[in-house]
Amino acid sequence: MKEEIIIAGFGGQGVLSMGKILAYSGIMQDQEVAWMPSYGPEMRGGTCNVSVILSDKKISSPILSKFDTAIILNQQSLDKFESRIKPGGLLVYDPNGITHHPTRTDIQIYKIDAADEAAKMGNAKAYNMIVLGAFLKVKPIVKMENVTAGLKKSLPPRHHNLIPMNEQAIKVGMEAAVKVR
Amino acid sequence: MAEKILMKGNEAIAYGAIDCGCDGYFGYPITPQSEVMETLMKVQPWETTGMVVLQAESETASINMVYGGACCGKKVMTSSSSPGISLMCEGLSYIAGAELPCVVVNVMRGGPGLGTIQPSQGDYFQTVKGGGHGDYHPIVLAPASAQDMYDFVGEAFDLAFKYRNPAIILGDGVIGQMMEKVELRPAKPRRTEEEIRALCDSWATIGSKGRHGNTITSLSLDPQVQENFNIKLQKKYAEIEANEVRFSTYMAEDAEYLIVAFGCMSRIGEKVVELAREEGIRLGLLRPITLYPFPKKEIDSLVPQLKSILSLELNAGQMVEDIRLVVNGRIPVNFYGRQGGMIPDPEEILEVFKKTM
Repeated sequence: MKEEIIIAGFGGQGVLSMGKILAYSGIMQDQEVAWMPSYGPEMRGGTCNVSVILSDKKISSPILSKFDTAIILNQQSLDKFESRIKPGGLLVYDPNGITHHPTRTDIQIYKIDAADEAAKMGNAKAYNMIVLGAFLKVKPIVKMENVTAGLKKSLPPRHHNLIPMNEQAIKVGMEAAVKVR
Repeated sequence: MAEKILMKGNEAIAYGAIDCGCDGYFGYPITPQSEVMETLMKVQPWETTGMVVLQAESETASINMVYGGACCGKKVMTSSSSPGISLMCEGLSYIAGAELPCVVVNVMRGGPGLGTIQPSQGDYFQTVKGGGHGDYHPIVLAPASAQDMYDFVGEAFDLAFKYRNPAIILGDGVIGQMMEKVELRPAKPRRTEEEIRALCDSWATIGSKGRHGNTITSLSLDPQVQENFNIKLQKKYAEIEANEVRFSTYMAEDAEYLIVAFGCMSRIGEKVVELAREEGIRLGLLRPITLYPFPKKEIDSLVPQLKSILSLELNAGQMVEDIRLVVNGRIPVNFYGRQGGMIPDPEEILEVFKKTM
């Protein structure tokens, strides 16, 4: 198994931490992982992305031009990455603020209105875990128990009380993801 | 089973330092390596191993604190990124001239000048050819993963003390910023004062009770004395070149074409090899792990089976000169690189490579 993922959106949406939790979940099931962020003068509101690779074998290049999955959270990132999804690959996107919707017909497309679901949960910070849930519904590449273990590893102990909320958010995302095509 | 942790290459440097029994880290923040000191400050090893972690007022101060610590036989280190390393080069030359062991980490970014904070390998010349003034070589290790960043700190200290010579870990922004799985080794304790005396008494300034005092200097005004010293240094470098070459290969056994690449570019190069092999092209890869000493014999021994070599670098073509010296015109040695923080992807490189076939 090898899954090459790009997660892209605005700084502050939890793009990097979503990637980190996914990567840690991979480690928990004894996979090789690579987490490569765009780094630089990124800030809240600016664009931000991270590529995450999970693989049963040693990972060669952490730099990729094509992805199995793109998890897209704003228009700029959709414009940039839609064409870089491999044929037969997956696009998961948040339609909030999207005016030019994806046009590819050779990939699977799911949408997740994560901001709306987070508002319903009464917790804006659940946003990225709802998106992660939508992805894991379509591609259950990591087991839920490993996500929980990954959360434990990536959150400092003082935030471990938030793990049930995060698990709940992932479930919400799994239920709320809508297949576009 | 040892614990496996997801961490950045920069964090791995910090844990590698603590776990190999480092006595002191002196640094000054600069992107893309600031997580080294951030991690040390967070972990607070002074509470456990007694390791000193100090933010100096500048890179110049950091390297001279390293100079002082090294005089006392301590395992001391610093880290920085390209512009900061330029500031340290005077100190590095003095440390090499005084024959002292230390470890310096360079997480390279684009230049010249302040350049960019994005990844680069533009400091190859500066690092392997010296950096500071005078005829000297640091030992240079090029990590290609977070695990390497962790492991190479201890390895660099071992080499630095074996040869009483500065050792440089030459990483880049990709390896520093990327998170990967790192397996931590059992921590080594710091050396005791008795162990330091046993190991370094012939040269370190650790108190001269019962013996003549040691003098550490890089100055000799008598040209004959200086030349004798230079000859001695060159003998040491010859020994390093004979004994300490490290490299790895990937599908090189039956290769007709060879990529030579270090650091992050060797990882991307492996993927290019895989893509080429899918098309039936016999491409292999050689990764120099030590850039000084350079794996000359290893490249030389592959030349008879090769049609050409492609040097992949994040610069305008630096290591390619060392490869051409080895090949000496027998086969074409081509170059492909990107600069300014741009990183080529495997498909892009494959296209370039095919044009060289």
